[in-house]
Amino acid sequence: MNKRQAELDQIRAVAFAPDWRMRAVWLGFVAYVIYATGQLNFTWERFVVGLDRGATFLGRMFPPEFKRWELLAEGLLESLQIAIISSAVGILLSLPIGLLAARNLMPVAVTVPARAFIALARSFHPIIIAIIFVKAIGFGPLAGILALIFASIGFVAKLFAEAIEEISLKQVEAVRATGASFMGVVIMGVLPQVFSRFIGFATYQLDSNLRQSTMVGIVGGGGIGGTLFSAFRRFDYDFVCAILISIIAMIMIGELIASWLRKTFQ
Amino acid sequence: MSVTTNSPPSGPNWQRFTPAQRLARYAVYLVAVMALVWSVRNVSIIPEFLYDAHNQMADLLTRMWPPDLSYYPTTVHGALIETLHIATLGTILSIVMAVPIGLMAARNIVPFRVVNEFAKLILVASRSVNSLVWALLFVAIFGPGALAGTIAIAFRSIGFVGKLFAEAVEEASPGPVEALTAAGASWPALLLKGYWPQVQPAFWSIALFRWDINVRESAVLGLVGAGGIGLVLDTAMNFFQWTRVATILLAIFTVVVLAEILVTQIRKRLI
Amino acid sequence: MSVAEDQTSRSAERAPAGKVTRDNVLSLRGLTKAYERGKPVISDISLDFPARGVVAIIGPSGTGKSTLIRCINRLVEPTSGQVLLGGTDLTKLRGAGLRAARREIGMVFQEYNLVERLSVIENLLCGRLGYVPLWRVWMRRYPDEDIAHAFALLERVGLADFATRRADALSGGQRQRVGIARAVMQSPRLLLADEPTSSLDPRTSVEIMELMRDMAAERDIPVIINIHDVALARRFASRIVGMSGGSVVYDGPPEGLNDDHLTQIYGRSETGGWIG
Repeated sequence: MNKRQAELDQIRAVAFAPDWRMRAVWLGFVAYVIYATGQLNFTWERFVVGLDRGATFLGRMFPPEFKRWELLAEGLLESLQIAIISSAVGILLSLPIGLLAARNLMPVAVTVPARAFIALARSFHPIIIAIIFVKAIGFGPLAGILALIFASIGFVAKLFAEAIEEISLKQVEAVRATGASFMGVVIMGVLPQVFSRFIGFATYQLDSNLRQSTMVGIVGGGGIGGTLFSAFRRFDYDFVCAILISIIAMIMIGELIASWLRKTFQ
Repeated sequence: MSVTTNSPPSGPNWQRFTPAQRLARYAVYLVAVMALVWSVRNVSIIPEFLYDAHNQMADLLTRMWPPDLSYYPTTVHGALIETLHIATLGTILSIVMAVPIGLMAARNIVPFRVVNEFAKLILVASRSVNSLVWALLFVAIFGPGALAGTIAIAFRSIGFVGKLFAEAVEEASPGPVEALTAAGASWPALLLKGYWPQVQPAFWSIALFRWDINVRESAVLGLVGAGGIGLVLDTAMNFFQWTRVATILLAIFTVVVLAEILVTQIRKRLI
Repeated sequence: MSVAEDQTSRSAERAPAGKVTRDNVLSLRGLTKAYERGKPVISDISLDFPARGVVAIIGPSGTGKSTLIRCINRLVEPTSGQVLLGGTDLTKLRGAGLRAARREIGMVFQEYNLVERLSVIENLLCGRLGYVPLWRVWMRRYPDEDIAHAFALLERVGLADFATRRADALSGGQRQRVGIARAVMQSPRLLLADEPTSSLDPRTSVEIMELMRDMAAERDIPVIINIHDVALARRFASRIVGMSGGSVVYDGPPEGLNDDHLTQIYGRSETGGWIG
């Protein structure tokens, strides 16, 4: 019995042993937060001064000023055009690139460069891509469109490739057995299996592109973002407020449409 | 073919969709094409720019080569670290704010619809405003620098973290919570021992996922003056120092890829 | 039921039937619960439970057994009526008072309701949440006597070697043992069990019922068990309450329960099967 008691004490010691590793992790965490906060020069004073300025800032934002609605509408429509064109072209280009990146259909020599391209497109924020295009080909919606096409490929082609890699190869074999050409195999054996998921990616990307299309203007890529940025520069805060409200409204409508689309195509 | 959906499994009705559904689909296709045609016809693109785009792009890329790596230790490294600090501190701050709001939004925690809807409104508002816009707002408030960037990242992330956290809490199994209630536990004890063990894996997963996104986002903030590597990128571009731009882009690419690998590794261990 | 018969060796110490020597531990007066207005799930139930022994509540599923037992510790809010625990009306309590009353009533669940990702020993200590201050819970610094008690109970249910395992690593029977130990951990005045064996195989069911009866008897805790299995109820209870359609239709010793009663409780078609 005493031996058993010793065993129980042993288990108890293990069950409630202080977890030094977790404590070290937490200590490290706290130390990091203090260090990083110091590095970034955060001071309480700056924060308080900021809150003060924030109050006047908010005061100047209201009421929002919709008098220049023509400028507003022009920007929003351009953003919409950028989103639609870039989604259409981006998704279309994602089809072949995603196919090239699918490891169950393509040789390594093809998938590796295709995947590298997708990784490159995914790694950069659309705004960074946009600023590069603006510098290369000049201001305007074309730069924004090209940037968002690039970003769309990074997202859609990746998911598309993953979807293809998950398909059942039996059906592909069956189509191949009928003597179909490669394109025939893709159209008859591969596409039907991934189509429903593809619609999901596409609506998601349309939604995402709509959001980004309102932002590319900040770096000169066309759309409402440019209007927003210059209003900020002029301290025209009531117009800023009007622009923000319009952008949020447009994005929310876009979200509603996207979720309706997903339901219709489920 | 194989794409079986919620259509009835058998019976004489072979059609996958009702006529109304089909009609809706064709209407969607039609509207999509019309929207595309309208966009292409109305967008203000100068055709010459379009035809020349690939030349211009190739020209820029040649000017970027070879990347000026000597620029990295002097300027890029510090900015890169600052970017990581902004992403990390912003994520931490967003979690601190998002957890209480997420709990308020979870119907099994707060049984008042008004509170749930109010919390959800905050979460939606946070998500609807892009991080760049948050950055512009906070630059106007706190002045240019990393403080504005960090708070922008935090505010932008509240919606994402809060929404997913609330969903994880709502998915928690009510059984253990019921058992602890029956044992006379107070509500903080219920949160601590009934809910937290259940949502913990989801919580870490959400936090890591958002951090990964924030590393990407914080690289941009500098373009509007909110600190980090974006500022260095902006300066280099304004002075047409393309080889330096290449170095910066390379640095961003490396960090983003490393962050993604790190997150996947940690998630594998956690789950 | 041959498995059950093999296990009767220990059932000699069956709790004494109907021997009400002390005051009732729990009295229900006119207890009614309606989730929808005008459609009561249980209506006007008045019962007295003695301070020792096992009472089994039998009846088909959906007859309000589970609602009744959850009204006792107010996991379900009764629409009207009284729940008197040692003279206090639980339906009047709120906040800290309600929690203090709840911690005096241990509960065992059909689906065990363990916190899956916590260790077995921590699940046991969850039974002390009504007693232990929050900071101790947070820091996992439970009082020494609680930890000692938890290990003693784990040893009693034969799972001390599993103390540091996560609850989701256990089998169903083992989990229910932890569930019973957690309920007893509360040092309760009353033990409630809601279909404690429904998710278990027949052999384990008998083991769990034996364990629950014995542990309660050792500590002099009265038990109220919801159970649809009449054979188990007859074997382990000193009193049976039969429910049908939200009302009590039988209340008496197991020996008095006959086919007519069972027909009344469960309906005609299935009666034959219930005589264990």
